[in-house]
Amino acid sequence: MSSAIKMVGITKSFSGTLANDGIDFDVKEGEVHSLLGENGAGKTVLMSILYGLYKPDQGKIFVKGKEAKIENPAKAISLGIGMVHQHFMLVPSLTVAENIVLGSEPEKYRFWLDSEKANEDVTELSRKYGLEVDPKTVVNTLPVGVQQRVEILKALFRRAEFLILDEPTSVLSPQEVVGLFKAIAALKQQGKSVVFISHKLKEVCAISDRITVLKRGRISGTVNKENIDMEELAKMMVGREIPVVPLQNPFLQEKVVLQAEGLKAFDKRKMLGLKSVTFKVHESEILGMAGIEGNGQSELIEVLMGLRKLDEGKILLNGKPITNASVHERIKSGFSIIPEDRQKTGLVLDFSVSDNLILGRQDQPPFAEKFYKLNLEKESELAQELIQEYSIQTPTKETPVRHLSGGTQQRVVVAREFSRQPKFIIASQPTRGLDIGAAEYVRRKLIEMRDKGCAILLISADLDEVLALSDRIAVIYEGKIVAVREHSKTNELEIGLLMTGAAND
Amino acid sequence: MTEDNIKQKTRQILEKARLKLITSLTDSIPQTIAVIGAFLIGAIVLAATGYSPLEAYGTMLAGAFGDIYGIGQTLTQATPILFTALAFLLAFKCGLFNLGAEGQLIIGGFFAAVVGVSLNGLPVFIHLPLALLAGILGGAIWGFIPAILKAKLGAHEVITTLMSSYVALYVTSYFVNYPLKAPGWVSQTIPIAASAELPRLLPVTQLSAAFILSIAAAIATAYLLEKTTIGYEIRAIGLNPAAAENAGISTKRGMILALVISGAIAGVGGAGEILGVHRRFIDGFSPGYGWDGIAVALIGGLNPLGSIIAAILFGAIRSGGISMNISTGVPLDIINVLQALVVLFVAAPKIFEYVKKKGGFKWLKLST
Repeated sequence: MSSAIKMVGITKSFSGTLANDGIDFDVKEGEVHSLLGENGAGKTVLMSILYGLYKPDQGKIFVKGKEAKIENPAKAISLGIGMVHQHFMLVPSLTVAENIVLGSEPEKYRFWLDSEKANEDVTELSRKYGLEVDPKTVVNTLPVGVQQRVEILKALFRRAEFLILDEPTSVLSPQEVVGLFKAIAALKQQGKSVVFISHKLKEVCAISDRITVLKRGRISGTVNKENIDMEELAKMMVGREIPVVPLQNPFLQEKVVLQAEGLKAFDKRKMLGLKSVTFKVHESEILGMAGIEGNGQSELIEVLMGLRKLDEGKILLNGKPITNASVHERIKSGFSIIPEDRQKTGLVLDFSVSDNLILGRQDQPPFAEKFYKLNLEKESELAQELIQEYSIQTPTKETPVRHLSGGTQQRVVVAREFSRQPKFIIASQPTRGLDIGAAEYVRRKLIEMRDKGCAILLISADLDEVLALSDRIAVIYEGKIVAVREHSKTNELEIGLLMTGAAND
Repeated sequence: MTEDNIKQKTRQILEKARLKLITSLTDSIPQTIAVIGAFLIGAIVLAATGYSPLEAYGTMLAGAFGDIYGIGQTLTQATPILFTALAFLLAFKCGLFNLGAEGQLIIGGFFAAVVGVSLNGLPVFIHLPLALLAGILGGAIWGFIPAILKAKLGAHEVITTLMSSYVALYVTSYFVNYPLKAPGWVSQTIPIAASAELPRLLPVTQLSAAFILSIAAAIATAYLLEKTTIGYEIRAIGLNPAAAENAGISTKRGMILALVISGAIAGVGGAGEILGVHRRFIDGFSPGYGWDGIAVALIGGLNPLGSIIAAILFGAIRSGGISMNISTGVPLDIINVLQALVVLFVAAPKIFEYVKKKGGFKWLKLST
């Protein structure tokens, strides 16, 4: 088999961060080639380049031996490349057939859609590939698994020979996954090539002819079907780069600060995002929550902060129930949070540094006085203090945080959250997107807070970070905590396997 | 304190004032350009229709600022627009698009009129404040209705505020045409009691103490936004609701509060018109002050103090336009042309920017 698609030396960066760093990747005719890696490893970026959604900074693409400049998806489609995105791009109110032929509709008397012809075409197509759909059904009445089939048929209708499936199983139920795998096998038999993007080790192992593992924008290896070794793959996927400082935590206490019992909550798609999550965080303890993103972490954070409704379960702070407390009450009773996305939920970008530093405390003394008066002097004093203490690199305290670097913005968040003497801190991806120095600073501060007695829940997709900082590690997978380990009694391999669902307690 | 100390302090204060002046001047550059641009294009329109732009603008300027009477009329016209501009901008700071200032102004005026005509025999210092409070209450209620619809049902405030304006117009119209109609042909109430009248400031002109109230409202709005915790929370919600929510600020509560205060401000504006200018409720007394307020707020750079200047500009175009019409025969419509041009230059891009930022024209279902 020859390489039908070849990508050579692909490099792509987004505002300074390398998403793809000199990647070589190829797809042979009639093979299923998986791209495996954690979120943010660069899988989707690489395939978006192939599909013409992004332009690479460097590198070349060859299709059937000829160099191709793929400027847009239309060009990609004309070269026989099709992509099914994680989020479907269907028109919900149109029928299956109408969606599939959209853009290249069969016409009758010019300008009139020939519905019969469209239905016939689609029926024939679906029979050919064993992807059963009813062409006349309206799309928004279909379950996701079938909608995905429609997406695949849409690509096939445009004569795709190479099909990119971006995290296709993330929206499917286990039964639907089985169906998808059958369809992929059928496509392979018809000589189509499939690129399967996933972070789920088991699935990738089950379906691939070859597996390429990406880590932080680089290839950490390509493995043939015959040589698959799950442990080896897990290592390639999450392998550590930061040297781990062995932690001795002399402060560890018996006292439970935060207790979560049987938390259940629905996610945005109204599916059960959290399925009975139970854990404890002690005084002077960092509990690391390891897991691939999208396994319930966001829901857990929102539930803990009081931003999302809990369907079942209890949350206790120092033994007192706070299950129904508002965000405001939680903050007042000692909650702090470093949110995952500092720009979206952590800061008001157009507020000044000092305004941001009192966010969440603006209605409490000494900042709030009688008649809702805001004490601007006290605000300014606090800002001065925190800018010094947390070395916030800002021209003035009145500078809008929008103009500060990512690392400095994170310092503003950290300064605000840590300076209000919290009892319990949620740190979600606290070092994401930061350079090494800034990341190191945030980690040191976390340990400092722990030593002062804070209970800290560290949620990170970066396994190295979790291992480096946590006293105990809990692994979350598909909305459940699948294991809790003492730091000294586990290793990255075990956690990596638990995270990807390849091992179970 | 030593003399040196005092000198240093004075220098610091002067320096601060100088910096503030420079920043506010540079901030107002786009608005100034817009106004000049509007008048230039207006000149082309005038010339093309056979009038002398110089003469027209000359009489307009003289009419608006040439004598005490002109200034009085300019400020009279500016007063209600300043109120509605403040109403618009306060809600805007909370990320809300209040298109209901027109209705809030009408209801505020109506409530004030009802108190003004009904509670006879009260002393001025009770009757007048009561009538003003009634105006505040009316506007606040008219702001609360869309606010609660948004908080509880998720109804978009652009639609509900807009629609509630028409409800206000027609409901008050019913009252002054039937139960509260004064004898005679005109759809209006009987005059309010003298004890509820806002005093006039200049003889002959209609300029009343409502103008002073409007300036006070502008200063109060600036104070509320910049120096209080409520203002801080309103601004935080407007700039980043997710971050505000994360920090324990209830965005729903904040939005309700902002719309209620916004409505109350427009309500005082209406009360000022009724108690100070017309002294009775006349059907359709507002020639669209609510809509002008949106333009004025945007031209004023969404700043309460900037809005004062912008409101006076609009007031001048209105009052000067009338003298221009009388002495040069230029049709009154040129006022609308000029106002529309200023709005096009300043407001339209801003409105679009804002609406885009807020997630497009989703409520129109255009962008699916």
